[in-house]
Amino acid sequence: MLAFLLRRLAQGLLVVAAMATLVFVGVYALGNPIDILISPQADELEREQAIVRLGLDRPLWVQFAIFLKSALRGDLGTSFVHGVPAVDLILDRMPATLELAFVALILSIGIGIPAGLFAGLAPRSLSRRAIMTGSILGFSVPNFWLGLMLILLFAVELKVLPAGGRGETRTVFGIELSLLTLDGLRHLILPALTLAIYKASLIARLAYAGTRETLLQEFVRFARAKGLSPRRIVGVHVLKTIMIPVVTVTGLELGSMIGFAVVTETVFAWPGMGKLLIDSIYRLDRPVIVAYLVIIVIMFVVINFVVDVIYTLLDPRVRLSGQEA
Amino acid sequence: MRMIKQIALAALAASFVASANGQELKSQELKIGLSAEPSAMDPHFHNLTPNNSLLKHIFERLTDHDENQLVKPGLAASWHTIDDSTWEFKLRPGVKFTDGADFTANDVIYSFCRAPRVENSPSSFAIYSRSITDMTAPDPLTLIMRTAGPYPLLPTEVSTIAILSAKANGAGQVTFDRQECKGVGVYPKTEAFNAGQATVGTGPYKLVRFSKGDRIILERNDGYWGEKPPWQRVIFRPITSAGPRVAALLAGDVDLIENVPNQDLERIKANPNYKVVQGLSARVIYLHFDYIDDAPPGVADAGSKNPFRDKRVREAISKAIDRDAIVARIMGGVALPAAELLPPQMFGANRDAKPAKADPEGAKKLLAEAGYPNGFTLVLATPNDRYVNDAQIAQAVAQMLARIGLKVSVDAMTSSQFFAKRTKRDFGFWLAGWISDTGDMSAQLKPLAATPDRDKGWGTTNPGGYSNREVDALLEKALGTIDDTKRAALLAQASRIAMADYGVLPLHFEMTTWAMRKELAYTPRVDQNTQATMVNRAR
Repeated sequence: MLAFLLRRLAQGLLVVAAMATLVFVGVYALGNPIDILISPQADELEREQAIVRLGLDRPLWVQFAIFLKSALRGDLGTSFVHGVPAVDLILDRMPATLELAFVALILSIGIGIPAGLFAGLAPRSLSRRAIMTGSILGFSVPNFWLGLMLILLFAVELKVLPAGGRGETRTVFGIELSLLTLDGLRHLILPALTLAIYKASLIARLAYAGTRETLLQEFVRFARAKGLSPRRIVGVHVLKTIMIPVVTVTGLELGSMIGFAVVTETVFAWPGMGKLLIDSIYRLDRPVIVAYLVIIVIMFVVINFVVDVIYTLLDPRVRLSGQEA
Repeated sequence: MRMIKQIALAALAASFVASANGQELKSQELKIGLSAEPSAMDPHFHNLTPNNSLLKHIFERLTDHDENQLVKPGLAASWHTIDDSTWEFKLRPGVKFTDGADFTANDVIYSFCRAPRVENSPSSFAIYSRSITDMTAPDPLTLIMRTAGPYPLLPTEVSTIAILSAKANGAGQVTFDRQECKGVGVYPKTEAFNAGQATVGTGPYKLVRFSKGDRIILERNDGYWGEKPPWQRVIFRPITSAGPRVAALLAGDVDLIENVPNQDLERIKANPNYKVVQGLSARVIYLHFDYIDDAPPGVADAGSKNPFRDKRVREAISKAIDRDAIVARIMGGVALPAAELLPPQMFGANRDAKPAKADPEGAKKLLAEAGYPNGFTLVLATPNDRYVNDAQIAQAVAQMLARIGLKVSVDAMTSSQFFAKRTKRDFGFWLAGWISDTGDMSAQLKPLAATPDRDKGWGTTNPGGYSNREVDALLEKALGTIDDTKRAALLAQASRIAMADYGVLPLHFEMTTWAMRKELAYTPRVDQNTQATMVNRAR
């Protein structure tokens, strides 16, 4: 277990370092941010002073060395646009994104697994066709389009839900949550649904395929012969088996939901990290872009690790060992 | 399971009821959808329109602008020159900061000391305080400013620097010094403004909360010296994507939005619950040339010389362009064809200047006279996400130029690329836009048409190096003339000469649009700012 942990940690650090270098150089190559940041009215003198203030006068390798040095101390630089530490900026926005992603995740599991299981148990029924066709639709419809349609229907036409933004929040342990207020929940429904539809379809299909496969296996027949109730067979034995691929995919998808909820956040003006990333790319705010990606990579590494641990709980045959990682 | 269902249904029903209540315009609260987010609540941090526009609610300046950007009194009730380089400002008595302290000349000196010295500022206000050599306060409500020579723009430029409270930020009696002011203590950091401790101003509103990316909440300052603003509470929400911004208005999330995309205008106008207000802005869209290189980037088949140095070629290009058609077809009528770099009603513009009419035949003749009967090849560079329909305008210009035999290809790119490349002088011919903070003709001619001069700060947006001695001389004279009428006349003359020389080709002025509930009214501003204080209930 310890060897596994250390190995994972080393791998993660390597990925973070490689990624930070790539992004740093990549964003540098995009252009000089000063042309976007500075007021067009500024003269040469002010322009030069601003370049010095932001440290853009130094050659690339010096800038990178400074970045590395402070990164080791946990400081990923100061935002060019906001003048505050990039990490603070991102952490400020993180609760909004996490909240959205978790609600979307719960929605997608809540819709996906029952739907897939149901379709798998009744393969000849009309509802199976409906679920399977619906799921194809669910992951072929582009995210932004779905979001806009939901806004048009529920916000503009029916006027029952707000078109965007985060709504009222309540502070719990210093973190602002909108889950706890009615207004916050109303703001959360549409973006979470938009984000959840694709994953729900994916999970439904996985659960469907898993159920079909598992039902034919020896242990199910054995359980039936043993006289276990159908509810127990499906609810415990089948469900547990089909969960392994579902957990893998859900884990990976959770990462991508948190890291790249960009489109949904933009459509719904949701004040999360994805929105911050888009704004920062547009304004070439390099420290924020780099810090964001570093944080996301770390998050992926952690999620993968958690997924590995959950495997061992679901399937005792899987062991965490140095070799397997 | 059944119980969960019931709870869910109940919650849904409750949300219906709650939303039905939310539809009515609460009489004392105004919600505004912004198209760009301010980067900080520190008024000296970032000299950029979204910041300046919002922070005007909280902080005031010595002078202010009306909707046509003409200077009017702000915290200074009046001002006059004592001699050519000394100005006396009489400050408004009885003004209080939101923390209860009196506003005095010491606060002004403090603010002018801090403005150019903000840590990490990506674009500072130093350019507007550079002309000031000394500031003194003979009494708490009198302020003397000295400049190196005659500097007529001082009353305009002081309209950009927000006045902070010296006392609230821990400063004592401040002595001005261009190098390092004395008695200022430790300047507050930008974070202190974002968090709200340092956001102590004299404006009509005070900051309640700045939640980045989400909302900015302002509350009426009941101790405000001026006219009481119409709204108790104002909530600004940055919704940077145009579609969602319109949706937020139509869904009733916000009461007013700025920068309505042209394609949605008809739809909003057709809805009886909303209305659209349009106003001319001071932003001019123009074409500019590279005069420096013998072979400008992108130009081919033009022989060994730079065709743009020939006035006939520039005139031909101007004549080939049908400005009315661009405004009518590409801008959907929401723009005004331009004859100069500043709209006619503003300071220093020629009121009688008429935009050129398209004359392709005349343009062809001019090209032939200049030695290009078969035209030549050139590239028109343009940003594609900065100005209203920028890339489409460039396409239209290219087609119009094709009619007179010029082979133009359009190179459209994102603005961060565009501006970096323009500074590096990678373009031979480009389309861009310009709007100034100060709104007089000198603020258009000095950066765009004056000969680049690093020390004077001229020609900063003239990377192609257009140079006209007559224009320079008139501008120089105007910038040393304190008398407003005389200065306006000199600037108008300089502009006439630059336009007759086709040094820069103005295309049109953008219009700014606001859309709102029909119960509201807004007075459009040429500086494109959205001010809650100017939103009223329609009568």
